[in-house]
Amino acid sequence: MTGLNLTSPHVTGRTSVRWVMGWVLLALVPGWIVLIVSFSLGYAINMVLALLTALIAEALLLAWRGRPVMFFLKDLSALVTAALLALALPPLAPWWLTVLGTMIAIVFAKQLFGGLGNNPFNPAMVAYALLLVSLPLYMTTRWASPDFSLPIADTLAIIFAGQTPVDGATGATPLDVYKLDISRLTSAEVLQSPIFGSWVAEGWDVANLAFLAGGGLLLWKRIITWHIPVSFLAGLGIMALLFSGDADVRTPIDLHLFAGATMLGAFFIATDPVSAATSNRGKLVYGAGIGVLIYLIRTWGNYPDAVAFAVLLMNFAAPLIDHYTRPRVYGHDKSVKGFKND
Amino acid sequence: MSDTTPTKSTASARELTRNGLWNNNAALVQLLGLCPLLAVTGSVVNALGLGIATMVVLVGSNTAVSLIRHYVPDSVRLPAFVMIIASFTTCAELLMQAFTYELYQVLGIFIPLIVTNCTILGRADAFARKNPVLPAMLDGFMMSLGFLAVLIVLGGLRELIGQGTLFTNMDLIFGPVAESWEITLFPNYPDFLFAVLPPGAFVGLGLLIAVKNRVDSGIEKRKAAKAEKPVAGSKRVRVTGSIS
Repeated sequence: MTGLNLTSPHVTGRTSVRWVMGWVLLALVPGWIVLIVSFSLGYAINMVLALLTALIAEALLLAWRGRPVMFFLKDLSALVTAALLALALPPLAPWWLTVLGTMIAIVFAKQLFGGLGNNPFNPAMVAYALLLVSLPLYMTTRWASPDFSLPIADTLAIIFAGQTPVDGATGATPLDVYKLDISRLTSAEVLQSPIFGSWVAEGWDVANLAFLAGGGLLLWKRIITWHIPVSFLAGLGIMALLFSGDADVRTPIDLHLFAGATMLGAFFIATDPVSAATSNRGKLVYGAGIGVLIYLIRTWGNYPDAVAFAVLLMNFAAPLIDHYTRPRVYGHDKSVKGFKND
Repeated sequence: MSDTTPTKSTASARELTRNGLWNNNAALVQLLGLCPLLAVTGSVVNALGLGIATMVVLVGSNTAVSLIRHYVPDSVRLPAFVMIIASFTTCAELLMQAFTYELYQVLGIFIPLIVTNCTILGRADAFARKNPVLPAMLDGFMMSLGFLAVLIVLGGLRELIGQGTLFTNMDLIFGPVAESWEITLFPNYPDFLFAVLPPGAFVGLGLLIAVKNRVDSGIEKRKAAKAEKPVAGSKRVRVTGSIS
């Protein structure tokens, strides 16, 4: 390339941050479209709001910190954060919720820690968790019902004018409903509810498949490796097989895998290269940890979906995992583990 | 153990004021007393109540420690100081129980916990035991005033972001006159719980420290700009080795 006689190992290919982030955004599109079609136009509005807010917040903070603004804006990383948050937030939440969340993600969770590559926590999940803790009313009741077609004018009025949604237009998520109702009903009775639809959970199942397909695209382009998604899903799946055998007692495995934010979390959120563990073995531990934590929080915790908290908890653990899973250095006999050789 | 006589370190009133309020602020620079700082600053009235109680204890303990500074052997000084601080804390607690009972109930365990506020023991050990009574009193007053100021700013910030109001329930301290002091800045504000919960206090304190450091670096810069610049063309003095 440059005429220098470089020795191995070589990195080939042009994997710039911009290229990676562009593909991630592209891979999110199918799931996003499914969410819009099956639930609400709110997902589209959320996305626009979040992307715009992220660009403005990122530009302002970069300028304030004296960093090259266009250079960092062009790497699209702020847009990926905004897109993940927009897909995670309830579609019929007021506009300021999305704007506030995106600002928290970009300003507090990303730029104040030093910008791209320096954030110890996944910015989108920090914002999601903070909003969920702070404004539980909006974050748990503003999910669009899949079988209710809300006119566009009403959607806009709910999001921008603070109108309260009419009965039936919004509700809780399938995971939430199942967990609440299973305490007094049998599984067959709970599944009568229209939000579960014909397969696993109306709308959510197709969206999860779409995110799974998007994840496949990322794997095929070698943007992510298989370690985190596979161990993530295995962790969650094994926990569900162990403890959710009786669907009349606890949420069964198909709902765990296809009714929440599981696929989005496994392929797009947990695989954030900045806040995840680095080595392949580390990634396995990290992903499995998230999967197990999601099951624990969903089943015995107070929150219906748990991807954000599980990812944040494992973000805390990522440096420790990295420390104990150092790979063998080429040319050395054994890998250095723990604190022995420090 | 040898009994070291306390070294004298006298500071001017001006210096003590500056250190207590800004340069060596207990909350923003020493980062002491974080437990009460983070736990009770959910609103202005809580912050003010605990800040005043801390002030009473700190001024009292600094005075007492300074008075007995020639009689307490070094080896047992810390237990003695803790006894003094605990006595003053008990006084403050009983006073609050007598005069501001509702506030006493709101603050709860954090009033007895003033004993464990590191600022107080820190000032007793670092300043009061080496200085005469008047400077020790002034130091205690200024340190606690600086602490109180941070408490109130943080309390105001968290109350404003958390509930959209300022000066709620001030009648707990100032009596019925203060019932009308409550300002609602945003009507229909959806409570933003994060600001009221402890993590919000951490973020708020971090922002306050950032602001202080920013102001300090601005002052430094202006000082550096004011300092005399070498005349253009003057020769650089060559320095080799160190002079000592």
